[in-house]
Amino acid sequence: MSSTLESRSADVPSIPAPHQLGSRRAPSQKRAAAWMLAPAAVLLVTFVLIPIALTFALAFTDSKLVSPQPIRFIGFDNFTRIFADATFWKSLRNTVVFAVFVVPLQAGFALGLALLINTKIKGVNFFRTIYFLPVVTSMVVVAILWTFLYQPNGLINSLLLKIGIHGPDWLGDTHTALAAIIFMSIWQNVGFHMVIWLSGLQTIPSSLYEASSLDGASTWQNFKWVTWPGLKQTRTFILITITIAALALFTQINIMTQGGPLDSTSTVVYQAVRAGFQQQQTGYASAISLVFFVIVLMVSLVQRFLTRDKDQVR
Amino acid sequence: MSDTLAPATQSDIDEPRANVTAAKKRVGSIPGLIFRIVLCLVFGLPLIFMIISGFKPDDQIFSDLTSIRAFLPVGHLSFDNYTAVFDRVPFGTFIMNSVIISVCTVVLGVIVNSMAAFALARLTFRGKTVILSIIIATLIVPFETLALPLLWWVNKLPWLDANGFSFGWLDTYQVQILPFVANAFSIYLFYQFFDSIPKELDEAATVDGAGWFHIYRKIVMPLSGPAIATVSILTFLPAWNSYLWPLMVVQSENLRPAMVGIDYFKQLNVSWGQLMAYASMITIPVLALFIAFQRAFINSIASSGVKG
Repeated sequence: MSSTLESRSADVPSIPAPHQLGSRRAPSQKRAAAWMLAPAAVLLVTFVLIPIALTFALAFTDSKLVSPQPIRFIGFDNFTRIFADATFWKSLRNTVVFAVFVVPLQAGFALGLALLINTKIKGVNFFRTIYFLPVVTSMVVVAILWTFLYQPNGLINSLLLKIGIHGPDWLGDTHTALAAIIFMSIWQNVGFHMVIWLSGLQTIPSSLYEASSLDGASTWQNFKWVTWPGLKQTRTFILITITIAALALFTQINIMTQGGPLDSTSTVVYQAVRAGFQQQQTGYASAISLVFFVIVLMVSLVQRFLTRDKDQVR
Repeated sequence: MSDTLAPATQSDIDEPRANVTAAKKRVGSIPGLIFRIVLCLVFGLPLIFMIISGFKPDDQIFSDLTSIRAFLPVGHLSFDNYTAVFDRVPFGTFIMNSVIISVCTVVLGVIVNSMAAFALARLTFRGKTVILSIIIATLIVPFETLALPLLWWVNKLPWLDANGFSFGWLDTYQVQILPFVANAFSIYLFYQFFDSIPKELDEAATVDGAGWFHIYRKIVMPLSGPAIATVSILTFLPAWNSYLWPLMVVQSENLRPAMVGIDYFKQLNVSWGQLMAYASMITIPVLALFIAFQRAFINSIASSGVKG
């Protein structure tokens, strides 16, 4: 601990003089490496690798969270149960719809914001800070705040009424609940990806822009031929991270709608938590988690493949 | 990674490079400015509304909704909602728990992950590439896929403390801290940073008889301020904001963190003003930290986009 404190306060780190280093002989690299890796290795094995293995193993059992009975192997029973469950299919559909809207909209808005503030004008830092505020606000707080804003007599409907629109009960109506959560999620997260786009924009050498201006390129041509190709890596990264985060939708649902009304906002992770935590059916929840994991893996592989393929064609 | 996010030169393309630095900052086009300000309102007003409403009684919040007063500190302002929060739930305990959990996760995370990264980046031993690729492979596994098997698993783990040996970690501090200490992404960030520090430093120190642990502590870590800041911020935010995990593993009030606490508080059928007061109290400290260390925050997020 002391080392981290020291290093933070050391503005101009200096290499210690030889006499400060003592005269101990350096132990072998192998032994030092083993000691230094050990804490992280133990923790990663305990809390990542074993749980990954458990997801696969428990999915084929009837294990309960707390149960005196021994665990029984039940083959594919959990999976047949999942695929026969209408609520699961509805949850999967909602999860996919959420991702299909959030991924392009959030990535697009974030790029728009990044382009908007990637200029040398007065107050650009101020704007960036404000756009970023929702990102540092916890999703829990954002979900509670927007539950209030979305009330039938809340702020949003009061504003709509001013221009003559009678707003719906946003979270209580099966037609609007998921859309309302999509909008709020983008509002909270878009600043995060704005910053990632910005760092991508700044890796594009300004000499490219200078060259294309000499050729008389318009703003749009600049974007199409310099900016967009220059953002290739950033694009893949942003697509994959937004997709994985979108598929893991849980917090907003648990706080705002509890999956309702009529399961219109239930999601895969929400179902997994309900099964594994509320109903304590660890085996069944592991099976849902495994299905979810396979979906995430497939989607990110497909996305990686598609983005790579397109780049080769170009 | 260490690139600052100083605005790039898109609007300066048509000017000669030499004049760019000398050029006075301009306000930009008027429509662009209006657009930026409208967006400021979109992102800022809900948060202002939250903070302002925390100081108003509910009937006033609702009567103010139809006018600009909803965002202004006008009318009957008081700390009544704030005192009500403390009366109805042990808010002080909740926030202390959040602080303990976040600080422990950050401090342990910086030590554990930087040590592992040091071994991987600067020492030679067999199996290094395999270990590194396993660590990077785990990056694609979202926590949500592991949460439920992990819940079952931590309920079986042993623990040794003053009361002796016991099984089951539910309802403890360690179950909220230890699973999040070792982090593949933090190791990767440290690894990249350590890899860029000249290895001649190690050689010189070894010749002088310094041990590897000494080199890590006295040479490499003091040079790694930016990496430490980045990892600290990227560990702190999810630790402070974590919700799903503590929701499942903590039952008792005296171990409950603030984010789960607000969910319980909401279910007590409290007034909206009280809920906004609670929300403000757990948000304003983080917003203040962000505004104070803005550059570090933004750089951390930006470096999380570095492609591996």
